[in-house]
Amino acid sequence: MRPKFIVGGIVIAAALAYMIYAGVTQSAVYFVTPAELRASAVAGKAYRLGGLVVPGSLTWEPRTLDLRFTLGDGTATVAVHHKGTPPDLFGEGRGAVVEGTWSADGYFRAGLILAKHSEEYKAPHDASAAGYRELIRTLQGAGR
Amino acid sequence: MIPELGYGAAIVALALALWGAVTAALGARTGRPALLLSAQHAAVGVFVLVTACFALLTYAFLTFDFSVRYVATNTNLGTPFYYRITGVWGALEGSIILWAWMLALYTVIVILRHRVSARAFYPWVLTVMLGVLAFFLLVMTVAAPPFARSSPVPADGRGLNPLLEDTGMITHPVALYLGFTGLTVPFAFALAALITGRVGDAWITLTRRWTIVAWYFLSLGLLIGGWWSYHVLGWGGYWAWDPVENAAFMPWLTATAFLHSVMIQERRRMLKLWNLSLVILTFGLTLFGTFLTRSGVIASVHAFTQGAIGAFFLSFLALVLLTGLGLLAWRWDALHAQGALDSIVSRESAFLLNNVLLVAVTFTVFFGTVFPLLSEVARGVKVSVGAPFFNQVNVPLFLALIFLMGVGPLIAWRRASLDNLRRNFLAPVLVGVVAAAGFFALGVRSAIAVLTLALTVFVAATIAVDFARATRARLRVGERLFPAMRGLLLRHNRRYGGFVVHLGILIIAVGVTGSQAWSVQTETTLRRGESAELAGYRVRFEDLTASEESNHFKVAGAFTVSNGRVLGVLRPAKKFYPQEQSPIAYVDYRLGLNEDIYLVLGDFARDGSQATVKLLVNRLVSWIWIGGLVLTLGALLAILPERRKGA
Repeated sequence: MRPKFIVGGIVIAAALAYMIYAGVTQSAVYFVTPAELRASAVAGKAYRLGGLVVPGSLTWEPRTLDLRFTLGDGTATVAVHHKGTPPDLFGEGRGAVVEGTWSADGYFRAGLILAKHSEEYKAPHDASAAGYRELIRTLQGAGR
Repeated sequence: MIPELGYGAAIVALALALWGAVTAALGARTGRPALLLSAQHAAVGVFVLVTACFALLTYAFLTFDFSVRYVATNTNLGTPFYYRITGVWGALEGSIILWAWMLALYTVIVILRHRVSARAFYPWVLTVMLGVLAFFLLVMTVAAPPFARSSPVPADGRGLNPLLEDTGMITHPVALYLGFTGLTVPFAFALAALITGRVGDAWITLTRRWTIVAWYFLSLGLLIGGWWSYHVLGWGGYWAWDPVENAAFMPWLTATAFLHSVMIQERRRMLKLWNLSLVILTFGLTLFGTFLTRSGVIASVHAFTQGAIGAFFLSFLALVLLTGLGLLAWRWDALHAQGALDSIVSRESAFLLNNVLLVAVTFTVFFGTVFPLLSEVARGVKVSVGAPFFNQVNVPLFLALIFLMGVGPLIAWRRASLDNLRRNFLAPVLVGVVAAAGFFALGVRSAIAVLTLALTVFVAATIAVDFARATRARLRVGERLFPAMRGLLLRHNRRYGGFVVHLGILIIAVGVTGSQAWSVQTETTLRRGESAELAGYRVRFEDLTASEESNHFKVAGAFTVSNGRVLGVLRPAKKFYPQEQSPIAYVDYRLGLNEDIYLVLGDFARDGSQATVKLLVNRLVSWIWIGGLVLTLGALLAILPERRKGA
């Protein structure tokens, strides 16, 4: 009986190794900066691109959900297209990470946007509270 | 004053834990009862002192003592009373206290329960438990001191992470930590077994219920975590293969494997080495999980050098694994099996295969989780594998496990005869095949979905066959139906508790399959009065309202949901916390047995004229929560003391 179990074990280990290998090659996502992407973009390959949203580059069309912006790292920039709502932490001048593929038409097609959360301590200040109260007034005024 | 008291208590507790660990070991070597007694007193002292630390920190939270940095970063004047208490374990420092407290509590329970019943192991068990406790107390005093002062003292605190203001986030860590710390008990017994050379099954019998208790809490923690993710995070899912989730999932997998493999050792005197290794590995994985999630190593290998926590946990993990391996090598000769595998078609090999598969899943999860680190270290490029990797590799393994779940409990020990196979499996297999055809006829076209559903039906049928047969046997000796069923559940509670757990897993499997295969979503911007449609639902944007809550501002949209008739109004919102850089989404949903309708407010026009909303119809997700409930009930049944007399 023993050899049978050893053979069985080897078969299972080999199958697992193959599945992991296939899984990695099919779902590997490469972390790149805009400069690295510019240097060696392969259309269709999955990337995770991290950079700063270039101020003035952000446009969002609520009706069509077209979100376009440029990610930069100081040396190079990449145009990014996405369909959907900008996430909560997303904004111009802020860091963002997008996941998607490089399109042959010269832009990055992002399926997913991960805004970068800055861990820095930010004291609550009255200005923001005043801003929110203003918002409440506007909405209440418009509410009826 | 309070912080100094807390800090002092932690230091004294650390000294006591070390003292207790050493005296217990000396007591074991010399056999002098006085030493052991001293260790016991030390353990009780540690428990009292850690309880005091916990109480003092809670007091600091309740009184807004912002001179304590941990309080200032995790609460503010607007934090509601309820969340000021739970904020105590909202971040690293407090969760270490909670961990230490639970460990001290378990140690005291071990003293009460096993002082006499496990005399041979007990001193070493105490040594190991107090040693582990000393490590956490060391972390508490050096690496992550919860009572560190903040200077200057801020007028107001930063506030609790708003995502944690939820009942799920209060109970989730508590359950999870009760599971993690509970696994220390079987680990301590395993080491004691190795040290004393009593590597038979005594330690397994003694820790059997402890392992189920830990497993119960771990399962509960994972389920609550999934529920929290689903109803708070607003991405419409419940499991993302995130490193934090994986960190808790890995010890669950190996603990599950252990729960099964001990049955082979009890019955066939096999797998001694395997069982000891599994327990050591499981405990190691609880430490590894904490290392992974608390050191920042996942963000980048370079982040890990920034805090002391990572180094502490990694060193302790190395110590645990080296000690474990050293002891295993030392007792190598005593660890060979007394029984042998007779046939591949037997209960032993079904359980063995179940173990191999569970460890394979663990390895896959481990590999996928640390892959970015490996690639960063090895090749200098960061490459990650996401959910597709985990799903692709694990789904076949999970399906095989479900299949074995049907086979293992019914197939004969040693060597299953053709007759045994026919008697147990012919009907369930037929039912499974018919079910597969039925699902196909109903329009299920995904091969994986058909296979999973058919397998769950097959396994459910095996459970039904077993239960019906056992009930019939009792009816034959004159018992009535319901007392017979009740008697089965209570007298053979470990076996039938296991079956109930299996049923829970099956229900969860159906929920996961359904939600993966049939959930749909859309995202759209609506003007006031406009509607969107999805999967037979009509969602109409009514209006937008804003309000000021105790510690945040809230903008909520009102959406009327109908499917022919009006079902109700859902109010997904965005909450703006002054201390946060950006708003937090607050989802609203309507749960159903077949499908949930789930709304997330995206963007909105500041005059309230339009809103962007994400609309999801998630299929069968409720089955996951129902299955979870069944699973935990089954685990509770298995924890009950066995009332079986004889066999």
